[in-house]
Amino acid sequence: MFKKKWLTAPYLVFILCGTVIPLLAIVYYGFTDQEGHFTLANITAIADEEHAKALGLALLLALICTVVCLLLAYPVGLILRKHAGGKKGFVVFILILPMWMNFLLRTFAWKALLANNGVINGILGSLNLDPIRIINTPAAVVLGMVYDFLPFMILPIYNVMAKIDNNLIEAAYDLGASGKTVLTKVLLPLSMPGIISGITMVFVPAVTTFVISQFLGGGKIYLIGNIIEQEFTLNGNRQLGSGLSLVMMVFILISMALLNKFDKNGEGSIV
Amino acid sequence: MSNILELQHVSKKFDNDLVLDDLCLEVKENTFMTLLGPSGCGKTTTLRIIGGFITPDQGRVLFEGKDITNLPPNKRQLNTVFQKYALFPHMTVGENIAFGLKISGKSDEYIRDKIKYALKLVNMDDYANRDVTMLSGGQQQRIAIARAIVNEPKVLLLDEPLGALDLKLRQDMQYELIRLKNELGITFIYVTHDQEEALTMSDTVVVMNQGYIQQMGTPENIYNEPENAFVATFIGDSNILGGIMLRDKLVRILGVDFPCVDTGFGENKPVDVVIRPEDVILGEAGKGQMDGVVSHLIFKGVHYEMEVQAGGFEWLVQSTSMFPVGQPVSLSVDPFNIQIMNKPESEDEEAVVVDV
Repeated sequence: MFKKKWLTAPYLVFILCGTVIPLLAIVYYGFTDQEGHFTLANITAIADEEHAKALGLALLLALICTVVCLLLAYPVGLILRKHAGGKKGFVVFILILPMWMNFLLRTFAWKALLANNGVINGILGSLNLDPIRIINTPAAVVLGMVYDFLPFMILPIYNVMAKIDNNLIEAAYDLGASGKTVLTKVLLPLSMPGIISGITMVFVPAVTTFVISQFLGGGKIYLIGNIIEQEFTLNGNRQLGSGLSLVMMVFILISMALLNKFDKNGEGSIV
Repeated sequence: MSNILELQHVSKKFDNDLVLDDLCLEVKENTFMTLLGPSGCGKTTTLRIIGGFITPDQGRVLFEGKDITNLPPNKRQLNTVFQKYALFPHMTVGENIAFGLKISGKSDEYIRDKIKYALKLVNMDDYANRDVTMLSGGQQQRIAIARAIVNEPKVLLLDEPLGALDLKLRQDMQYELIRLKNELGITFIYVTHDQEEALTMSDTVVVMNQGYIQQMGTPENIYNEPENAFVATFIGDSNILGGIMLRDKLVRILGVDFPCVDTGFGENKPVDVVIRPEDVILGEAGKGQMDGVVSHLIFKGVHYEMEVQAGGFEWLVQSTSMFPVGQPVSLSVDPFNIQIMNKPESEDEEAVVVDV
């Protein structure tokens, strides 16, 4: 049965070259200085005001984005659960349609839409309404994040929801539960694996993003991702970049560990 | 005994498919009533209408004389045992049982006592803290029953609850259910397609087909005096023959005149005749009412099952004495074992409305 193990070889090579070796390199650079001596300075650099602020802002915006995604996606999951049939597939198709377009393009489109003299303000102006000044603010970054990552919240929630046996819902009503009790005592706990994996799939890319903040933050909003990117590219300080990356990884691992505590069954979780 | 539940002229369509047509049903207090029929006969729809999961297109549902047609399931004083148990997988056995009690705001002490009582009732005393997903099908079924009965419903609805269990377990559970019903003193409405289950457990059997009640009565009544060919074929094995009612108490079957006990069919009237395989008496050739030859023989444990070719008909016969294949035999039937039924004029009429 396991004779075909060699079939996994290409993947193993891929993961070795694409993940393991780069990760080891990051760890190596993270703990050395320019001369190659061991140091913790790259790690403790997170305490610098600029870095700590960027990390804090990244965590905050990612958290807001995750909450907004969850609040948008969960009702969609509930509605899709109730309405079976051909329309359901179409609605899911529409919801995940943005995923088919390149992520950079979508983000760039938002930049054009939200710009002070952009499409939205053009329409508002022609209606004699006040223009909105949202571009280059954290709100624009969150909007971009939500738009980009929402499908990753909807899909796992929808998948778990669709699998919940309708008999369980009927049994709960039969035992006297109100609609609210059914939601809190049956649907929510049973869809927890989907929620957890949705949160993971939204929070992790959101906290590490630098493209969205760069495009929609107009170079004024520095998230930890932007700092790391600049250390590697602009400043050529790959030691500091690696150190900060390691710190961010630790934060993500801690968040995931906390999340997994909620997920008793261990289904659906990614980390 | 008064009616605890009443369905009045209930009709239900699903996408132009008429599932129930003008169904009337009265359920007496403290009875074990079984809705029996093939799949698609409307029995589950009837149960779901009683449970409140489906609203009928027409007609009313009365509970203790009050109209509950539009009352949602969580407001009805009845509980359901679902076909696939429908236990909450994220809760322990105890939490499952406590679900309904917590909603109705019972005290912790009361809930604890009730869980204990219910588990004892279904013979699963020490299972309160177990994970429901680790239980076997039979155990899950018991917990589903316990979860329903702790709420002290006046009527318990059971939707093919034993369907997924193996034969031995199913038979054990049948006796358990009868015992439970007697201990609890509440009304059971049970849906099944298994005629043996229906006959074993019920006080009243309602045979349904194509959305109509075909016959309603005690198990003995349904088995011994089926009102039409559908009921006769659906309940147990039977020989159904075309015959002519010559006059009262005499029917001609396959050219032979058999004395019977039925009257009131008129003279020379075509009828359907049901003779149960265990009621055909085999004997030495020439000494019965008809002669034939054994064409098949199967040993069934309690009895032998034989097919006998006689008068151009293949008779199904069950007997504790064995007659080998090829043996010429005689057939005879006691007059009171011959059941005469009106011949339906058309296919549709077979699904006749039986007023109850």
